[in-house]
Amino acid sequence: MPSDPIPTYAPIRDYALIGDCRTAALVSRWGSVDFLCLPRFDSPSVFAALLDARRGGRFSVRPAGEFRARRRYIDSTNVLETTFEARGGVLRLTDVMSVAGEDERRGELLPEHELLRCLECVDGEVEVEVACDPRPRWAAAEPALRDRGALGFTWDFDGQLLALRSEVPIAHPARGRQAPPGAGHPGGEGVRGRETLRAGDRRFLSLASATAEPGIFLPLGDAAARRLERSLRWWRGWVAGCSYAGPGREAVVRSLLTLKLLTYSPSGAVIAAPTTSLPEEIGGSRNWDYRYCWLRDASWTLAAFFDLGFRDEGQAFFSWLLYATRMRTAVPAGHRWTPRLRILNVLYDVHGEVRLRERQLPWLEGYAGSRPVRVGNGARGQLQLDIFGEVVQAASEYVERGGTLDASEGRLLRQLGETVSRLWREPDEGIWEKRSGRSHHTYSKAMCWVALDKLLLLDERGAIALPAAAVRRFRGERDALRHAVETEGFNPRLGSYVDVFGGEDLDASLLLLGLRGWDDPARSPRLAATLAAVRGSLESNGLLYRYRPGADGIPGGEAAFGICNFWLAEFLARAGRLEEAMAQFERVLGYANELGLFGEEIEPQTGAALGNFPQAFTHVGLISAALAITAACGGPRRPGSAAAAGTATGGAEDVKGKGGAGAGGPSGTAGTAGTAGTAGTTGATGAAGSQGVRR
Amino acid sequence: MNLGSILLWGWLATMVLTTCLAASQGLGMSRMSLPLILGAALTGDRQRANVYGFVLHIVNGWLFALLYALVFESWRRATWWLGAILGLAQALFILAAVMPLLPYVHRRMATEELGPNPTRQLEPPGFMALNYGRHTPVATVLAHLLYGAILGAFYSLTPR
Repeated sequence: MPSDPIPTYAPIRDYALIGDCRTAALVSRWGSVDFLCLPRFDSPSVFAALLDARRGGRFSVRPAGEFRARRRYIDSTNVLETTFEARGGVLRLTDVMSVAGEDERRGELLPEHELLRCLECVDGEVEVEVACDPRPRWAAAEPALRDRGALGFTWDFDGQLLALRSEVPIAHPARGRQAPPGAGHPGGEGVRGRETLRAGDRRFLSLASATAEPGIFLPLGDAAARRLERSLRWWRGWVAGCSYAGPGREAVVRSLLTLKLLTYSPSGAVIAAPTTSLPEEIGGSRNWDYRYCWLRDASWTLAAFFDLGFRDEGQAFFSWLLYATRMRTAVPAGHRWTPRLRILNVLYDVHGEVRLRERQLPWLEGYAGSRPVRVGNGARGQLQLDIFGEVVQAASEYVERGGTLDASEGRLLRQLGETVSRLWREPDEGIWEKRSGRSHHTYSKAMCWVALDKLLLLDERGAIALPAAAVRRFRGERDALRHAVETEGFNPRLGSYVDVFGGEDLDASLLLLGLRGWDDPARSPRLAATLAAVRGSLESNGLLYRYRPGADGIPGGEAAFGICNFWLAEFLARAGRLEEAMAQFERVLGYANELGLFGEEIEPQTGAALGNFPQAFTHVGLISAALAITAACGGPRRPGSAAAAGTATGGAEDVKGKGGAGAGGPSGTAGTAGTAGTAGTTGATGAAGSQGVRR
Repeated sequence: MNLGSILLWGWLATMVLTTCLAASQGLGMSRMSLPLILGAALTGDRQRANVYGFVLHIVNGWLFALLYALVFESWRRATWWLGAILGLAQALFILAAVMPLLPYVHRRMATEELGPNPTRQLEPPGFMALNYGRHTPVATVLAHLLYGAILGAFYSLTPR
């Protein structure tokens, strides 16, 4: 039979994601867990074969001989099923990180995390091989492997415990509790197992972890089957709260499930991606750590949760957002901290911490030789002015969906307005966090305008109380911003807005001017011309790059940027070009892997996924585009859009007009009924809150 | 016996011991959690086990302070180093004798012979509680040395 050859490095799009809303694992189509960090998303790795196939460590379960694999998520859940068609029969592997609701886990001693793998031979006879090689702390730690008898095997490292229990007989090859099979896996301090299964046979493997407390060893067999069923029930119950019924529902639900996987339940934070250093160019150096939370897509993330019916998640995310931005601020180079200056950091960790020092791990060769492998993120020290608008817009979206702001939150937002008023005339690194120095980015200035505009709107609606002097100041600065963008950010020769003031280049972020309330894409000739110019300049094989390749000052190239292509679909929908929007939306959906997952970038010629995977930013863009198309089809309008809110282009009178038109926005799409659908599965209360996924 | 002194210094010594052991967990030296181990004997709910266990742990601290006071009274002497010796003896006894016995008396602790079942799932400590990390004996001895030293240094003998 033609077999799927096992590559040294699986293509990025051949990975699936499973997780428990605290951490997540990447599973290849060859049944190998190649990336897992414990105990949380941004912890050091336990398995990192993704970043070094030889040294990184993996947990592999697959047929011993040749096979072909196909995969799916079971129903609308994050439980992965891989079916191997081997020479002698068919083997089904089900992978999940156990989750359970509050009620179900009450009264049970459960481990902090459990990776549960279920093997079933559904036809014929298949020999399976198991190899588990944990290489903790990015393969730098030396875990102590112990045979614990009936408890299984354990690895001790850095005060943590990994415990593997298996119904497939396993042994440590060097110690030989059972004769080691011919391996086929890179060597190391791991365990191996091999067994021939016949139709109807079922075997469980459970890898549990403990940090700072005694380990919990869970029984296998029927008890493990119940944990698997419980996890399925939890995910089904959670996703049942989805109210979306528009085009691309399957893709939207998958995106939603992926966002939930990337949500750190204890705080409500949503990380950008569960991986680090997956390259934007194979063999290149554009390898970044995305296991943190960026503010640049905060308002979309919030809107995605709310508009799909998940108020608890939206509320939790908003609480985290304000908590993080209130508690942790950074002062970029060239500025001195003052009480009235509230500088937002570009990224935060899941608890709002900003000290995320970037360092390289030179002992890892990187995905397919893409060095360096980085952990931490150097973008933390950058100044990114657009995120001020992003946070204020998130607050505005929150209020439009029925949320209320307390006095301290109002003060925080006012501080952001004051900071924008002081800083907007300065250059920044821009939305893409370029490392080539600061410029006056048009999109950053436009988002500063959004920040002040939304603050004034919130004040007019009584959601916050601004002093009269602040209102006057904000109005003045807002109008100055409008003037600056329209004069310096627009290039008359090109007939288009441009990436930086006085520039000649285009940038896909300019499409956001039509999505963020700067102007109505259905009526603005300037935006229509900008759309044409952006497509003409940045489109390749039907896919948009975020900016001209090489414009960021980093050696090497990159691929088309996933979310920009959904921005394009959303822009077209809001411009009233519905057929084009639908075509664009469906075409981009075609670049997802067979599980519906998107990475950060798409290689235009081959369709290969590049960059960290899967990418929350891309999935948020997908949801936003789907909602915009639904609205354009006559479905419920979303709040926050220029078209829906009647955003004006000028002063305070215009703001008043917008308030009236937008007031009715959130009805319909949000669908508050049935938040998460499962008792005790949500209810996060922000940074200090907790959710029902067990710990 | 000076009950007030037992209550006061027993409480303080227990706080110091608890802090030391918690710090050893936080610093990755040990995974031994006496509150969880004690509490899990009462309930299978992890969160409740930690709370119940913490309360039990404090009460235990007072009870042991009572024992220490009896020893001090019988010796008619209480010094920090005598207390530390008692602490050392207690720590070694717990690590070497009590811990290996625990799986056979704790209703939720698994054994390496039989493996886990739906009730018994908690990791057994093993000799010197080394299953919870190789620095566990050091952390435990250090915490009990401090516990005993505080009691020995501050306990006021009853006048005769």
